Order: sequence, then structure tokens, then C-alpha cells
Amino acid sequence: MSDSRLSVLKTYKLYVGGKFPRSESGRVYEVTTKTSAADAAGKGKWLANAPLSSRKDARDAVVAARKAFGGWSGATAYNRGQVLYRVAEMLEGRRDQFTREVADAEGLSKSKAAAVVDATIDRWVWYAGWTDKIAQVVGGGNPVAGPFFNLSSPEPTGVVAVLAPQESSFLGLVSVVAPVIATGNTAVVVASEKSPLPALSLAEVLATSDVPGGVVNVLSGRTAEIAAPLAAHQDVNAIDLAGADETLAKELEIAAADNLKRVLRPQPVDYAETPGIDRMTAFLETKTVWHPTGSLGASGSSY
Amino acid sequence: MASVFAYAPALESRSIVDIAPSYGLFIDGEFVEAADGKVFKTVSPSTEEVLSEVAQAGEADVDRAVQAARKAFEKWSALPGSERAKYLFRIARIIQERSRELAVLETLDNGKPIKETRDADLPLVAAHFFYYAGWADKLDHAGFGANPRPLGVAGQVIPWNFPLLMLAWKIAPALATGNTVVLKPAETTPLSALFFADICRQAGLPKGVVNILPGYGGAGAALVAHPDVNKVAFTGSTAVGKEIARTVAGTRKKVTLELGGKGANIVFDDAPIDQAVEGIVNGIFFNQGQVCCAGSRLLVQESIQEDLLESLKRRLSTLRLGDPLDKNTDIGAINSEEQLTRITSLVEQGEAEGAERWSPACELPESGYWFAPTLFTNVTQAHTIARDEIFGPVLSVLTFRTPDEAVAKANNTPYGLSAGIWTEKGSRILAVANRLRAGVVWSNTFNKFDPTSPFGGYKESGFGREGGRHGLEAYLDV
Repeated sequence: MSDSRLSVLKTYKLYVGGKFPRSESGRVYEVTTKTSAADAAGKGKWLANAPLSSRKDARDAVVAARKAFGGWSGATAYNRGQVLYRVAEMLEGRRDQFTREVADAEGLSKSKAAAVVDATIDRWVWYAGWTDKIAQVVGGGNPVAGPFFNLSSPEPTGVVAVLAPQESSFLGLVSVVAPVIATGNTAVVVASEKSPLPALSLAEVLATSDVPGGVVNVLSGRTAEIAAPLAAHQDVNAIDLAGADETLAKELEIAAADNLKRVLRPQPVDYAETPGIDRMTAFLETKTVWHPTGSLGASGSSY
Repeated sequence: MASVFAYAPALESRSIVDIAPSYGLFIDGEFVEAADGKVFKTVSPSTEEVLSEVAQAGEADVDRAVQAARKAFEKWSALPGSERAKYLFRIARIIQERSRELAVLETLDNGKPIKETRDADLPLVAAHFFYYAGWADKLDHAGFGANPRPLGVAGQVIPWNFPLLMLAWKIAPALATGNTVVLKPAETTPLSALFFADICRQAGLPKGVVNILPGYGGAGAALVAHPDVNKVAFTGSTAVGKEIARTVAGTRKKVTLELGGKGANIVFDDAPIDQAVEGIVNGIFFNQGQVCCAGSRLLVQESIQEDLLESLKRRLSTLRLGDPLDKNTDIGAINSEEQLTRITSLVEQGEAEGAERWSPACELPESGYWFAPTLFTNVTQAHTIARDEIFGPVLSVLTFRTPDEAVAKANNTPYGLSAGIWTEKGSRILAVANRLRAGVVWSNTFNKFDPTSPFGGYKESGFGREGGRHGLEAYLDV
């Protein structure tokens, strides 16, 4: 019975400002399954046509991320934690779908892919729990030598461009996106070039998870092509170069110097391990607010 | 000058400081000549008197100093933190002992009033060494995980506005965390760093742990680019900061940049006017306005503009400009002829663009580099003087009607270093502070510094923080 039924294919789209547009350029590229080294000569099986984003798509995504920044960074940390946890709930419900996509994208067996998906969901939950704790861990009150009171607190740096890791299409992706938004930044994410489908599907999860539109924007296509305008963009505050190779990373870091973007350089990371807080602190500013205490000094009295 | 406020001169004696006719570079614990024998003169900005002739570091000297620091790193980083701490405590104590000498020296070489070097710079310099000394054996508890490691050789380039304080901000955390340093002071203010070299000698600091290379921008660029430097720390202009960010691209060097600013000092209609006036004066005329976090844009709520300006002008008329060694002096000399030219040209541009210039009656000394305290009214956000960092005693006054407008105007700059808020209403302080994109927000005060308190900017004011626990991160492999 099912043999005769033709399955419904999905048109994968970008995710910008809470909507699912096609690329402004009208271009797509073929996404195939990952083939093992043994038959690397052969091309993988066709999976879908993914949008091949243009510079204009990148700029549109920055506009959307900037627009969303005020609301997202201004939300209470508790609220952001709830929203992030909601994403994990939605991910859990789509566990099978992501297992299939990750198996195809990374050439893993079904059971290995399922383990990766479980780890990814758990990773998301881990970050959901950080939203209302990071300020206590990295902020603080300072014992000033004088009649002043001051507090240092972390604040999101703004719009962060995230070049997702090329190999780890889902666990790696979530490991770089979740810390950016957990702390109140908004993100423009460039999915793994060869394996963008898990990222594009994650967008569908985000869209149904109370994450405000524009907080995460997902682009697929050629990393080098999309990353260049993001690194040079005057309204992008930071860039995570995880998905760039050495040559590209250097070029992008030079471009990023134009408005002194915060740059997180690519480094070897085992995404299976529990992350530290570095990916969060990389995109946080520290604001120190001073106020006189009202001590009356010499007289020895006080309010 | 209003004669009612004339004071008899109260000159600090300069006999306490013994400035040698010439100084070398400080490399591997020795004063040495530059490889190519080059020297330059450092002058006193208030008199244009030549104070000393100083060796000028070149590329070969940078290499020599980095090698010395690399060699010293092995032993220095292996010392127990408690031993490193004791060296830093020694340095802090010697600075306190010699603080009068150093204050006079700094005033001579920089042009800032003795009142500031004596009461602000030197106490803070000693405090920074004390503060970071205490961290050296407690790094496991600093929040960066157990056993955080130093980075290696730190290349540090500092400006001329707070020569010794910027040295302390850079060297104290670097040494506490186990790094060794090569520091390049600014070409107009090399002397206090060279005196600091002597303090290192008195403290018995191992050779090569601290190296001082007086010189020009070229030496700084060579230091930043040196392949064996692991960490770059820079305080200075945003333009140079961007150049440094490009230089280190693609390397593993860790970088912190403390760059320019165009701080907004926001005065609401319920602010205590007299205190606010003091804060405004301190915000822009402290150190002749040559402060990256200066409150150079005054944002006044429209309804109190007239009253505030009247008080401000009255207060400015009592400021005393003159000999920086006079303990009564509020405003000293501009650091260099070059800087004076820059201030003058920006102020002329302000006038040409239609802003209204005002200065109190103020006689300027015959020789030296001087600029009268100046304020501009009728300034809009489009004016150059409201956008560009002047780095001088020049205040631009703008107005606003609502807190929203104040925040929007305050944030309308590529910089994000400092801001001030003056209001009696606590909730307004918190709400506005929350929305300002600046690394330091002073409410009902301004230009306060403390070694325990992180300092540094958002946006194009640079990245990283100096001071406090946060300041350690810049020198640790975390």
C-alpha cells in the first residue's frame, strides 16, 4: 500500500524575522547525503534543494536581528529561560525527524544519530537553565575604596553573526546558537554549507516555540559568500567564526576590525563534551554602574 | 582671573625628583642604548623645557625585549603565586614610598596638575598593584576554573594621558597572572615608566619580567606584530585600535583594546544642580579633558538648561589654569603641541559649523601648550564637536526633553565607554543606566576609578575589561 504512495517533499526555506522566505536571489543548491570515505568518489543521495542565500539575504537578516534585539535583551532572564526550554520541548517532539536528518547529513547510523539528537536536546536544556544564572556568575558587587557603591553586570553585546560548524550539523549548531541567545543577543546563523537541513528544520522548531521572530535567523548557502558581508556589516556587533576555515577566518577577522566586532576565533572543540561558559561570555559586555553611598565621612555619622 | 579668588602661589618643589640627562631602554633588567643609537627628547608641556633625552626603541630592540621576556617567562610563571604576590606588594609599597617624587615627575612630563597626580594618579597606581598582588595566589578562585595558566609574553602599548596609571592597569594584572611584559610608553611621556623600571630593580624583580621600551608608534606596531608576543593590550585611539585588530587577525594572540569615547553626561531636571555642576566639571576638565571616558557631551533637560548653564559658567570662572606644579592649579597644560593643534582645529570647526563658543576670562601662560576651558552651546548631534572625540577641555552642550530622547542621544555614537546620570530619582537612574550602551555608568558622580571595578567599552570603544576580577581574564588562557 505504502509502496504506491508518493511522499511529499519539503521545500526548505530560510528563516528571517520569524518568516520563511526563499532566497532573494532565487537560487538553490543541491544537498546530498554524506558519503563515507570508501565511496567518496560517488555523490551522495539527493536530499533537497536548499536556498543559496545572497548578500541581500544576509543584510535582511541583520535588520531582523537588530529589530528583535530590544525586546529579547529586555525580556526577563526567567522569561528567556522559559522560551528556551520550550524549544527543547519542541525538539523532543521532533526527535525522529532530526535523527533522520542528522543521519543523512553526517553519514551516521540511526542509533548514533539518535544519540547526537539526544545530546543536542540536552545541550539546549543546559543553556535554557543558564539565562538567569550567568549574571550572578560573571557579575558582581565591587568593594570600592571610597563612599561609592558599584555593580558590574553582564549585558548582551547585540547582533551576533554565527558561522555554524561545518561538520557537526546539529549538535555543533545548537552548541553555538544557544549560548548566543541565552544571554540576550540576537543571531544571524549561517548553517553548515554541506549539511544545512538540520539547521533549516531547527528554524521550524524555533518558529513554533515562542522565540520572537528575528531572535534567530537562519541562512543556508556558501559560508564564505554570506559571511563576508556579515563580517563587514556595521550593525553586527560580534561574529563567531566556528564554521570558517583558517584562511576565511583571517579575512573575516580583518573585515570585523572595521567596527571592532567581538570575534570568537575558530578553535578545536569537541561538541560532545559539556561546554564551559566561554561561548556565553564571548558575547557579553560588562557594565559597571556607580553611585555614591551617602556616607558622611569625617563626621562619622551616616544616613 | 577674578581677583577675589586669587591665591598666593603654592609651588611644589621639583627638587624631590632627580631627572637624569639621558635614559636608555630597560631590557632584561638593564638600561641599554637603542640598537640603532636613536634618541628623542621629552619636554615639559607647561614650559617646553627639555627634561631628558631618551633612547628610542626600534624593531631590533623590540625583538631583544621580547626575547628577554620570553626567557624570563619560564621561571616567573613557575613561581608559586604567593611569591609573585610578594613582588607585587613590594612594588606597591615602593610606589607609596616614592609617590611624591613620582607625582612631581608625572606632572613635569605630562603637564597635568600636581593636585591630580598627587591625589588621583599615584594613589590609584599603588592601589592597582595592591589589588592584583592579592590575586596572584588566588587565581584558582577567580572563576576561570582550577589552575588557570598565563598566556606568555604580553606586549603592552599605553597612552600619554595617564602614563603611570595606565602602566599599573597593564602591568599589575599581567604579572599577577604569571605573564612577563614588554611595555611601550607614549613618546611624550616616557619618564615615569623608566622610573618604574628603577622600582622593579629596588623590588628585586627578576630580570626580564618587565621590559620598558620608550619609542614612537613604529615600536608599538612592531611589538603588536611580533610573532613571539602572546597577548596584546592597548589603550589609545580607536583608529590605532582597529589597526591592531587587523594586525592580530588570524593569530592566536589574545587582545584587549581600551579606545576612545564620547561620553554623555545626562542631567535631568530634578538633579541637584550644584553637585551636577561639580560632576560636569570633573567629567570634562579633569586632566584637561584628555580622558577617554570624559563626559564630553553634556545632555541637559531643556527646562533647566538656563539655570544649569549659568551655574556652570560661574563655576568655570573660578577654575585656575597655570603652572601644574602649583597646588592651587585646576587646569594644567595640554600634553603636546600636536594635541593642542588637534584640539584647536576641532574647536575652530565647531565655531565654523555654527556652535556657540564660550570660555571664562582666562590668561594663558606665554610658553607651553595651553587651552582655556571651553564650552559650546547650540550644539546638535550633527556637529563634529558632538561626534568626534576632542580629547581636550571642551564641552559640547545638547538638550533633551524626555528620558527616551536622552537615552537615544546618549547612545547615538559609535563609542560606548562611559556615561553619567544626574537625577534624584532612583528608578530613573536604574532605568536609564540599563539602557545606556556604555561600559561604565556613573550616577550622581563622574570619573571615579577603582582597581576592584571593571572598566572598558562597548562598540568602538574597544573590547575587554581592565580592573577587578574581569581584568584577570585578559591575561589568562581561558
